[in-house]
Amino acid sequence: MSAASVISRRAVLAGSGALILSFSSAGRLLAQNDAPSQAAPPPAASPPLPGSLKKTPYLDSWIRIDADGAITVFTGKAELGQGIKTALMQIAAEQLDVAFDRIKLITADTALTPNEGYTAGSHSMQDSGTAIMNAAAQVRQLLVAEAAMRAGMPPAQMKTQDAAVIAPDDRRFGYGELVSAQLLHVTAGVISPLKDPGRFKVMNRRIPRVDIPAKLTGNAAFVQDLRPDGMVHARVVRPPSYGAQLVGVDDGAVRKMPGVLQVVRDGSFLAVIAQREFEAIEAMRALAAAARWNETAKLPNSASLGAFLTSLPAQDIAVLDRQQAVAHGTKALSASYSRPYLAHGSIGPSCAVAQFENGTLTIWTHTQGVYPDRAAIAEMMGMPSDKVRCIHREGAGCYGHNGADDAAADAALLARAMPGRPVRVQWTREQEHAWEPYGPAMLIKLNAALDDGGRIADWDNEIWSNTHSTRPGPAGSLLAARYLDKPFQEPPPKPIPMPEGGGDRNSIPIYTIPSAKVVYHFLPTMPVRVSALRALGGFMNVFAIESFMDELAAAAGADPVEFRLKHLDDARAREVITTAAERFGWANKPRAAPGSGRGFGFARYKNLAAYCAVACEIEVDRDSGRARMRRAVAAVDSGQVVNSDGIANQIEGAILQSLSWTLYESVTFNERRITSVDWSSYPILRFSAVPDEMEIHVIDRPGMPFLGSGEAGQGPAAAAVANAVANATGHRFRDLPISAASIKAAIGV
Amino acid sequence: MKLSINGSQHGVDVDPRTPLLYVLRGELKLNAAKFGCGLGQCGACTVLIDGEPVFSCVTPVALLAGKQITTLEGLGTPERPAPIQRAFIEAQAAQCGYCIPGIMMRAHALLEKNPHASAADIRAFLEPHLCRCGTHMRILRAIHRAQAEMMSANAGGSG
Amino acid sequence: MLALAAGVFTIVAWRPAMAPIAAPAANSFDPASIKRGAELAAIGNCAVCHTAPGGREFAGGRAVPTPFGKIYSTNITPDPKSGIGQWSQAAFQRAMRFGVRRDGAYLYPAFPYDHFTLVSDDDDNALYAFLMTRTPVSAPPLADRLPFPLNIRLLMFGWNLLFLHPGPYRADTAHDAAWNRGVYLVDGLGHCGACHTPRNALGAERADLKFSGGEVGGWTAYALNESSPAPVPWNAAALEHYLRDGYDDSHGVARGPMAEVVGDLHAAPTQDMHMIATYVAEEMNHAAPERDAVVQGVERQRERGQTGAAAADSQGNALRAVDTKNDEGAVIYAGACAGCHEGPRALPYGGIDLMLTSAISGPSADNLVNIVLYGLPAAEAARASIMPGFAGAMSDAQIGALARYLRVRFSDKGRWTDIAKSVHDARSRARVAAASHPVVVEPPSAATAKQAHNEAQH
Repeated sequence: MSAASVISRRAVLAGSGALILSFSSAGRLLAQNDAPSQAAPPPAASPPLPGSLKKTPYLDSWIRIDADGAITVFTGKAELGQGIKTALMQIAAEQLDVAFDRIKLITADTALTPNEGYTAGSHSMQDSGTAIMNAAAQVRQLLVAEAAMRAGMPPAQMKTQDAAVIAPDDRRFGYGELVSAQLLHVTAGVISPLKDPGRFKVMNRRIPRVDIPAKLTGNAAFVQDLRPDGMVHARVVRPPSYGAQLVGVDDGAVRKMPGVLQVVRDGSFLAVIAQREFEAIEAMRALAAAARWNETAKLPNSASLGAFLTSLPAQDIAVLDRQQAVAHGTKALSASYSRPYLAHGSIGPSCAVAQFENGTLTIWTHTQGVYPDRAAIAEMMGMPSDKVRCIHREGAGCYGHNGADDAAADAALLARAMPGRPVRVQWTREQEHAWEPYGPAMLIKLNAALDDGGRIADWDNEIWSNTHSTRPGPAGSLLAARYLDKPFQEPPPKPIPMPEGGGDRNSIPIYTIPSAKVVYHFLPTMPVRVSALRALGGFMNVFAIESFMDELAAAAGADPVEFRLKHLDDARAREVITTAAERFGWANKPRAAPGSGRGFGFARYKNLAAYCAVACEIEVDRDSGRARMRRAVAAVDSGQVVNSDGIANQIEGAILQSLSWTLYESVTFNERRITSVDWSSYPILRFSAVPDEMEIHVIDRPGMPFLGSGEAGQGPAAAAVANAVANATGHRFRDLPISAASIKAAIGV
Repeated sequence: MKLSINGSQHGVDVDPRTPLLYVLRGELKLNAAKFGCGLGQCGACTVLIDGEPVFSCVTPVALLAGKQITTLEGLGTPERPAPIQRAFIEAQAAQCGYCIPGIMMRAHALLEKNPHASAADIRAFLEPHLCRCGTHMRILRAIHRAQAEMMSANAGGSG
Repeated sequence: MLALAAGVFTIVAWRPAMAPIAAPAANSFDPASIKRGAELAAIGNCAVCHTAPGGREFAGGRAVPTPFGKIYSTNITPDPKSGIGQWSQAAFQRAMRFGVRRDGAYLYPAFPYDHFTLVSDDDDNALYAFLMTRTPVSAPPLADRLPFPLNIRLLMFGWNLLFLHPGPYRADTAHDAAWNRGVYLVDGLGHCGACHTPRNALGAERADLKFSGGEVGGWTAYALNESSPAPVPWNAAALEHYLRDGYDDSHGVARGPMAEVVGDLHAAPTQDMHMIATYVAEEMNHAAPERDAVVQGVERQRERGQTGAAAADSQGNALRAVDTKNDEGAVIYAGACAGCHEGPRALPYGGIDLMLTSAISGPSADNLVNIVLYGLPAAEAARASIMPGFAGAMSDAQIGALARYLRVRFSDKGRWTDIAKSVHDARSRARVAAASHPVVVEPPSAATAKQAHNEAQH
């Protein structure tokens, strides 16, 4: 291309022909993900670029168009089963104005994609979706400008169709023939010519998920399905308790077992590699029996976790402090809520495949964060980061920081022990249950005062919790790294700052309250391994706040839904509440039948992301204490809808997962060891407890920013359940799980 | 030894104690049956033996001479999915999708044996299966959908 | 003549109806009495028989298997029409003491009134208070399926003459109060003999063979006397732990109908459980040194890491040689069973070391076959042992091979001769009846303790 004919891309992106708006340039910055990113910050631009363009501003980091017209979109986010691949492809297709099936999407790969930190915190749509949407729109704008220049026509008279730009005289320029090496290598502009939502053809459509057919027909879809040539199988022998040291292992017999290639020992890290998977399993069992450990762990008393938490040294964080003197004539209420440690309990135990060849380490992993995991593994291995590549491949649902990052680290160590051969590490069920970092136990104390008008006049909230993130991080975040002969130290935990928050996520009530104070007692001492579990503090804080709102409503003699509306000004919050209540029939019947109750819960995740309200009906059998959800109705506002079926799927899942957490689950342990090591000792919801009916109403907000929805339902559902049980039994249950045993103890005889 | 899988004979040279799951995934490179627990607690490994759902993670291949093994791959393909697969795809009955193949095998076995299974029968029959993502509502909807399709196919005389 | 005899019989046997009463209000009962009644109902396992699978508690409708036909349990909720809502306290006691219904008809001893007759007046009243304060459920009784002439209830008068020794329990002054309490509970509400004592042709327990073992619904109820087949003999502590928590480290988990029993016993008072265990252990009557020798043998093997090794003498030396490699049963065991049964997960969740289980040393293969075929299902919302069933994976011949191998390897008893019959019978029984009830081993939860604490505060 001659210099004269090269369009001024900067000029194009600066706004000639720009229309509509880029919504994310609205002032407030969404706080970054849980841990510092590894990418170098780009040159400062003000106002900030939308979504992840802030950190990865070049358009061709996101979108590549080949000479043959093939379109590849890159995202730093990963498909976790939440449907993000499909949603991002819809966004790209819409803004590029091409058919959906023209888009190929590449996800989280340290060699290929932007660094978007973790796929966590419900940020994928807000960060990656926003970036891709704007990038795609700007790419189309550049393509149109290039075609216009060639056609000698004003850009405003060109239109796009079927991956081509069409001139008024019907001359057609395919996208592929328009791109040159540098056309898209330009930093994004602040404003994007986004499509009018009224004209969407691909966004806001219930496009079937692209990843589902393979998963339902046995095509390779998961990291567990990888079988590179020459692959061997490994199993790690983990200690019987935290911090145990391997005193000795008599592995002579194991080395001679059929198929065994190597026994690997580095300090207290012990593993075996074999030709076939069952050979590795049998060798693991024998190796475990031959190992002798010195155990030193001291775990708290699981029957009195609340007292334990309040006894720990705390760093007090003032989350909110606008407390004022409260008028006389107020009614005071206080309550204390708690939850035990909760497990992710991924159905597929963690797995990774790694290959160490010619000084380069490649790891296929289902980690939520390929860049952070790479950095930690590189440090552990003493290798430069650019010699380590982490490629995301799907695993089973992880619901946060489970064993995936650690399995990747295990695989890295074992790949180095067998250079050239791909090594597959599969965690056992017992290992996943015992070694994954749990959602931390939490205690919440709430005090409030009602004025004589039945409004909340004062609000005082204290939260006790460990950190909600020990994600990599430095090498010491990785399990294996802490057990090596030269171990890495576990880094001191740090609280996640608000507005995202960790234990204090969602602790600021969204309700209009004139005087309020929230203190987060951050507890660095972690005898039990903890990290991010879906919704982080947002599950427990919403459970507590929304249970307490019901208790306040009862003290004020008010209907729970009316009471919430009385304290809410946010129109979108009001609408999800009234939608859920109406569709549930909240106003119609106060109580369905004896032993049956109804409950309501609402929250805006992080007070920043999606709004969700849940109403449910629960039946309680007095004699057995069994509580069963019969029906649930939810309403959710996720901003601009990309795929309403995807959102509904997530909220349905959230309600059932939350039902299981709320009624059934608690990690068990004795003074030394975790004892809930499988599904018999850590039961979760089964089909017998599934409700009869569930409806999800997705409210569409055309043109509004995307609001993350993957974690929006858990907190409101938990509160709705607890409120329904209280309504059914006349007893308020504040300590999770609300088990049949505890219900029976309270009301049975 | 010889195993009959999805209608074909396969010769495999493995220790007869090896659970079928590892032979399916390792020697035969079939993906649908999954490792979820290896303990018979979650159902992710479910396949059919002579039409009966079993946990392949605790079924040594020594038991399987002369028996018909059916995996999800044997029911249909992406190009020609079986009714149960079509129903699940249309209902978008999956989140992470890891547990779904095992559930589909069990549901398929039930509907083959008892085409008129009631909603309560279906739920009770699925009790051995876990789904951590909470896709249960869609799973049940998909099975009803498959049931309707299978019944109308039979009524049309092509069953 | 026959007519005259029939007439006399009818006149003598006939019992009057007791007048129906208005269902008493729940708050007319003393809470302490209701609580006591709940504990007694736990010991008597009322809920187990009087609740249909998946049905409402105490609403009846469960088929109680008998050699004579199917008898369905009745609705004992205080529903006025279909339950006992119109029963006076006296009517209730008459049923417990004499096996006669409010309307005067005889009850079948599938309802073990031959045991409940021992229950004292006070305890009957407490049970009455408990049952009359349950949730009323409208559930009409299911028709029993008994052939003629067994469907003539009046004939039970004759049965009672022969086999019912009306109570209440009278203390044996030769023993102390604790022993008497144990007997009162075991022979009375506990009705252990109803399963664990063999019966004669008329379906009555054989007093001369008390606790020599019985059979219920295709499950062996092991002997509770010196004929107990348990490889490690029971003692009072082990029994108490087993009855309270549903398992014992040296014996395994309760399964089959016993799982339902221990599920209820969880709610029984500790003192009562202690006395039940003490009395039954005494019946098992093993000399302490003999027990120690067997236990030592087991311990030696475990020290050597020989989990699942062959039955051994007190030195831990195997009693007989076993082919653990080529035997078809050995291969099946290694591939299907050893992963859990020689694994590191502790009881009650992990598979028991098979050298400890009565299922393999017991008189017949019935229990083993039931477990192998149908496993232990997951319990809803509660921690429970889970074992997969192998009915679909194993043929009858394969189960037979496995059973034979397990018998040789893990017991010192002679061969079973009836394995094929056990398998055939188990397969042909309705799956629901044969399948084990979930073995719930939920320890007293922190939440329960905390809730009780919280309730006390508010």
